[in-house]
Amino acid sequence: MKLSKSWVIAAKDFRTFRKKRNVISSLIVVPLIVAILIPLVISFAGHRNGQNGIPATELLTLLPAFAFFYVMIAAYIPTPIASYTIIGEKVEKSLEPLLATPTTDGEILLGKGIAAFLPSLAAVLGGSALFMAVMDLVTRSKIGYYYFPNWNTAAVMFLLAPLAILFSVELNVIVSSRVSDVRTSQQLGALTVLPFAALYVSGELNLVDLGSLSNLLIIAGVLLVVDILLFFVSRATFRREEILTKWK
Amino acid sequence: MIEAINLTKRFGNLTAVDGISFQVDEGEVFGLLGPNGAGKTTTVRMLCCLISKSGGEARIAGYEVGKDPDSLEIRRLIGLVPDNVGLYDDLSAYDNLDFYGKLYECTEEKRKANIQRLLTMLGLWEKKDVLVGTFSKGMKQKLAIARALVHDPKVLFMDEPTANLDPESSKTVRDFILDLKKEKRTIFLNTHNLDEAQRICDRIGILNIKLVAVGTPQDLERSLSGRKTVITLKEASKEVLAALKQLPLEDITVDGNTLTIGVSNPEEQNAAIMEAIVKAGGQVISVNITSSSLEDVYLKLVRRTDS
Ligand SMILES: Nc1ncnc2c1ncn2[C@@H]1O[C@H](COP(=O)(O)OP(=O)(O)OP(=O)(O)O)[C@@H](O)[C@H]1O
Ligand SMILES: [Mg+2]
Repeated sequence: MKLSKSWVIAAKDFRTFRKKRNVISSLIVVPLIVAILIPLVISFAGHRNGQNGIPATELLTLLPAFAFFYVMIAAYIPTPIASYTIIGEKVEKSLEPLLATPTTDGEILLGKGIAAFLPSLAAVLGGSALFMAVMDLVTRSKIGYYYFPNWNTAAVMFLLAPLAILFSVELNVIVSSRVSDVRTSQQLGALTVLPFAALYVSGELNLVDLGSLSNLLIIAGVLLVVDILLFFVSRATFRREEILTKWK
Repeated sequence: MIEAINLTKRFGNLTAVDGISFQVDEGEVFGLLGPNGAGKTTTVRMLCCLISKSGGEARIAGYEVGKDPDSLEIRRLIGLVPDNVGLYDDLSAYDNLDFYGKLYECTEEKRKANIQRLLTMLGLWEKKDVLVGTFSKGMKQKLAIARALVHDPKVLFMDEPTANLDPESSKTVRDFILDLKKEKRTIFLNTHNLDEAQRICDRIGILNIKLVAVGTPQDLERSLSGRKTVITLKEASKEVLAALKQLPLEDITVDGNTLTIGVSNPEEQNAAIMEAIVKAGGQVISVNITSSSLEDVYLKLVRRTDS
């Protein structure tokens, strides 16, 4: 397997993404809205009845969960772009000439993975950085210091989010190379959020302590193993023939 | 260069290609001619290692089709113009070709040189930076051909390269194929255009799920036994027809004063025919020998296998 070939495929996809407005907006819109909306809600909440907003003690229990929120976003963001990398080729019927080149399944899958991973990572990191900056601005006066960044958010941004993106990219690539239409692919792909949403809710229900760095690291470790397994699964389930003949 | 032995493809219980055997030599242009659904695309896809075969064997340049390490070698060696061009509409013509050049691991120099040469030959060099999405069908088809050639393949597979093209673009593509032939490339061409097959192919295989016939266009024409002699008389009288019936001729059709006579060997039989006509008092206005066309052969063979 040659990394350089995967990179050629990824670089080609980057160039085509630039022309796809819906792909770009799918990357930008959600992180941007979350980064602005949640801090706004936090700053306006609790102002009714003459109260002075959410008290600092409560803020300190709310904020850690928001870090994990970005893991959920990380799992959601790659769905459109990852399924587009495969489905786009199917729609343009460009898979046949591509598969006729001396490129292996692994090289193609890795290339598609990189093509979906890097823009998603950029979107999640950019979005979370913006989120932290705005949140700091909003909460500083209450809690007296800049809450973000901290070790937990570092673990989320540089470990959990990338691994969650990878998880989502891999599942989406598997799904979109096997289904025969765009909508099914997107609907199934969106399910990748579920495990993370479940974790997030468990966190809110105090079933899991997502504020604990060691817990985050354990989750990251599990995710890493799953991601590695998924790559082999995707390679084993990639059926050139079906991809060519089952697509209408 | 290309060899198939009993090559078979089944989709469920539908047999798309049934035990075909043929051989294509290096530098030869081989045409696979057949009606819609005959299995042409399926055959090419099997040979290009895109779909598996259900039975039989095939080899390209000695590499085994369907064996894993060999299929990578085969793909390195071949170029494919698929039935759907499958170009990237959001990339320029140049970038489309460059992408493929990179996948074939051509050096930058080679890519540059080949892309310029191919685009120039096909009259697309001025459009090299234009997005392919704006191209006409003919331009896309030509670009797909250029794409299949970026890496200088020894063997080129083309699936109906002139389908959907206007006569002028078809001609450009055909002339281009003839140029490629001069470069000693082996070309495997799918088509349902008889005229095209006749003009550019060294040998033709007629496919209708099974391979019905293989040979040079001339061989095939000759294979439909005999040719026809068309005679126009001043008057096709009963006496003349009666006289002709005495001769060992295959069949005679009369249309007004024009007789079309099936003959297996016109060089010898025509003299006897003339003699018989003249003796019976007939006056000959014109005599023509027509050979049965490839079209006749094709239609006859395809119909025979259909029924
Ligand atoms: N993926 C598939 N699944 C099931 N049947 C298929 C599949 N691909 C092709 N076939 C069938 O195999 C037969 C041969 O198809 P093929 O596309 O090879 O014909 P063709 O000669 O290329 O025809 P055309 O001139 O229309 O391009 C057809 O009956 C077709 O319906
Ligand atoms: Mg076809």
